[in-house]
Amino acid sequence: MEHEHNTGRRIGGTFLSVENISLAFGGVKALTDISFDVREHEIRAIIGPNGAGKSSMLNCINGVYRPQQGTIRFDGQAFQQMDPHKAASMGIARTFQNIALFKGMSVLDNMMTGRSLKMHTNLFLQALYVGPNRREELEHRQKVEHIIDFLQIESVRKTPVGRLPYGVQKRVELGRALAAEPRLLLLDEPMAGMNIEEKQDMCRFILDVNDEFGTTIVLIEHDMGVVMDVSDRVVVLDYGKKIGDGTPAEVRANQAVIDAYLGVAH
Amino acid sequence: MSTQTGPAVAGPEETFPRLLLAHAQSRGDRTAIREKDLGIWLSWTWKQVADEVRAIACGLSALGFRRGQTVAIIGDNRPRLYWTMMAVQALGGIAVPLYQDAIASEMLFVLENAEIEIAVVEDQEQVDKMLEILPKYPRLRHIIYDDPRGMRNYPDQVLLAFEALQTSGREYDKSHPTHFQTEVDKGRGDDIAVMLYTSGTTGNPKGVCQTHSALIAVSRGDIAFDGFSADDEILSYLPMAWVGDHLFSYAQALVAGFCVNCPESSETVMTDLREIGPTYYFAPPRVFENLLTQVMIRMEDAAPFKRRLFHHFMGVARRCGAALLDGRGASVSAGDRFNYWLGNLLVYGPLRNVLGMSRIRVAYTGGAAIGPDLFDFYRSIGINLKQLYGQTETAVYVCKQPSGEVKLDTVGKPLPGVQIRIADNGEVQVRTPGMLKEYYKRPDATAESISPDGWFLTGDAGYFDEDGHLKIIDRAKDVGRLDSGTLFAPQYIENKLKFFPHIKEAVAFGHGRDRCCVFINIDLGSVGNWAERRGIAYSGYTDLAQKDEVYALVKECVESVNADLAKDPQLGGSQIHRFLVLHKELDADDGELTRTRKVRRGFIAERYQQLVDALYGGATHCEIEAQVKFEDGRTGMIRADVKIREARTFPAETAQRKAA
Repeated sequence: MEHEHNTGRRIGGTFLSVENISLAFGGVKALTDISFDVREHEIRAIIGPNGAGKSSMLNCINGVYRPQQGTIRFDGQAFQQMDPHKAASMGIARTFQNIALFKGMSVLDNMMTGRSLKMHTNLFLQALYVGPNRREELEHRQKVEHIIDFLQIESVRKTPVGRLPYGVQKRVELGRALAAEPRLLLLDEPMAGMNIEEKQDMCRFILDVNDEFGTTIVLIEHDMGVVMDVSDRVVVLDYGKKIGDGTPAEVRANQAVIDAYLGVAH
Repeated sequence: MSTQTGPAVAGPEETFPRLLLAHAQSRGDRTAIREKDLGIWLSWTWKQVADEVRAIACGLSALGFRRGQTVAIIGDNRPRLYWTMMAVQALGGIAVPLYQDAIASEMLFVLENAEIEIAVVEDQEQVDKMLEILPKYPRLRHIIYDDPRGMRNYPDQVLLAFEALQTSGREYDKSHPTHFQTEVDKGRGDDIAVMLYTSGTTGNPKGVCQTHSALIAVSRGDIAFDGFSADDEILSYLPMAWVGDHLFSYAQALVAGFCVNCPESSETVMTDLREIGPTYYFAPPRVFENLLTQVMIRMEDAAPFKRRLFHHFMGVARRCGAALLDGRGASVSAGDRFNYWLGNLLVYGPLRNVLGMSRIRVAYTGGAAIGPDLFDFYRSIGINLKQLYGQTETAVYVCKQPSGEVKLDTVGKPLPGVQIRIADNGEVQVRTPGMLKEYYKRPDATAESISPDGWFLTGDAGYFDEDGHLKIIDRAKDVGRLDSGTLFAPQYIENKLKFFPHIKEAVAFGHGRDRCCVFINIDLGSVGNWAERRGIAYSGYTDLAQKDEVYALVKECVESVNADLAKDPQLGGSQIHRFLVLHKELDADDGELTRTRKVRRGFIAERYQQLVDALYGGATHCEIEAQVKFEDGRTGMIRADVKIREARTFPAETAQRKAA
């Protein structure tokens, strides 16, 4: 890869692959025979016009939607249908297009919920905050504090999420996903609705996450500038079909992609 | 010429590294410094600090650092950066702290001027600036960084992690076990300890060389004056390159042995202040102003009952709070005293707590004039806020207000060991133990600032009042006259305007002209809130600034200043006739403010010549295009149509009095 930020990062073998995925809601075909792969440590973008099936694709990967056909291979295991709990415990975390945080809870508490799968003590001990739970919770808090430091949100640690500006909420949501220490991070339009400065910050964080933690990232994004700068490879969807796959430069030169974005005379 | 002298003071020859070792020996287990990291306050004892400093010093020696050389220190207030300062001094070197928000080209000048070969910096942001400078300044041999975040893939020929420096230092120490102590023993009081670059209102910054003896002497003087002890706590959050922080968080802390607390980040200072509850606090007036503005904005949003409660008790506090603080309780009626007691319970106490000022014994402000209402506000809620006067060249050791003798418009009495005289042109000249040794490599500037008979020429105009307090009016060179011969003190007018929470900056013009006119910068936070409340939509600063409603708001402020000026026998003639609200915020990156946020009047007048002409030419609006520099160093253009408005003036009382 020719990007500057890739110099110190080694991209590994295939980590996730989706093979011949088809998904329909009644008569509506959301995805038709989609196949692509994601290599370890890479940043893979999914782009496409509105309604192309990008979010549906992410939802298939982490098991929210059950595709009628096809196979998802993650970390060597094949699944006909993923299920969300299984996905999370295997190290797949995600953020949402519309922020899905607990608005009344503080930033810190929201991020602690990202660790709930890693809590091993029972509810009774957790309620009392004694013995092994105390030790466990301190460990989790430390992990979360590292992420707070990483995302530079120390100053709002104790602020209820609902009171924060949109861009910071997006950052908190990323933080909650990171708290689960994911191996695969799915980001659904992490930069939607942001101004240029917020977008730059978010790009920086995405690259840093990938660089520092080696997390493999699949992201959906509309801003072509961002996609070109950040991603290693791009998949292009249109009307539920794959119309392009390759490096940003290849995709940009692809006639089918240009037609999908700019429209063609019929 | 009149001369005033404080009592004499004397100190033995000492250096900061010796003080550090003495603390480590005599009270090694007491906490010396704290830092909040990952949400937890971490502490280091004096013994641990001495150990860290030893490792850093030996690490620097291993890199080939020798006596008399300089090290740049750039970053927020971090324990490791303070330790580096101690380590550099232990080796007989000179620490050169730089303003961390300066852009690379500004830093380049200082690095070249101070012949710096080693820079110790906080994080990636500063490393990036150093790497940008490197091609133009290849003499920079090592860049040592504290926080490795984001630098995994950086070229490492010149970069060195702080841990690696200390590790190699510990190895060097093993093979040269007497090295550290020998170097400390070689230190002498009149060695230069630190070079602080002045912000440079005119021309390039100058390096002010301060010696160990001078800084230690003034620290002892300050400590005796206010009774500081090893039990005091301070939060260090002001730039390390500023003489104030250097004196309070470094020199005084090492002399008195009190505990220095470093905040988690610059955005968390308010929270950290509350958690630490310092007993001794210093802030320039703008910080006090920001705090008050925040309180006021939040009070506006509070429930009606709370708001009424607040305003009622603030009224009580204005009446009698300051008198009670100064121990002049006898003049306060029993009713008011009860009211104040109740207010303390319900309002002042909780408010002090929110501000993080519950434990404060002494708070100081200085560096710029403070608004009367601002000053009274803090004193009335029971915070012993006082003023002091000094500059980098005098190690801020000239005048301080003694507790109980606090006045709004003076800066206090000469400190022990200080002599002050007023020159015939009104300039304040001082002799102080904190006198600079010289400006680095600038004998011309040194000769200009220190008279042959050893007085430092401050450049400030002032006089002593009937109680022996020094009163500073303005910079001696800025005090001018209108065409009519009326005295014109621009800073005095600007400060009066800036007191209004809606006005952030003001620039007054008038010297050699027929009347006074001003540029205004509105405070985006405060005016933005005001606009939202009234349903006025705006897209940003430029848009908001040119709203008619905002002009009406500013006009009220200007006219109330005029009413105030009219009462002044000297300055009544310099009332503001016309004003405009600038289309962009004045910014240090554009050279309009100094790094300490003082307006550079001459520069602004030149840059906005068009607007000044329009003000005096009688136009009602003026189109302007200006270049702005963004924080990342890129530039862009802002274009706007700036409105100009007239303000009502009041009959000055001078003329009448003279006629009568």
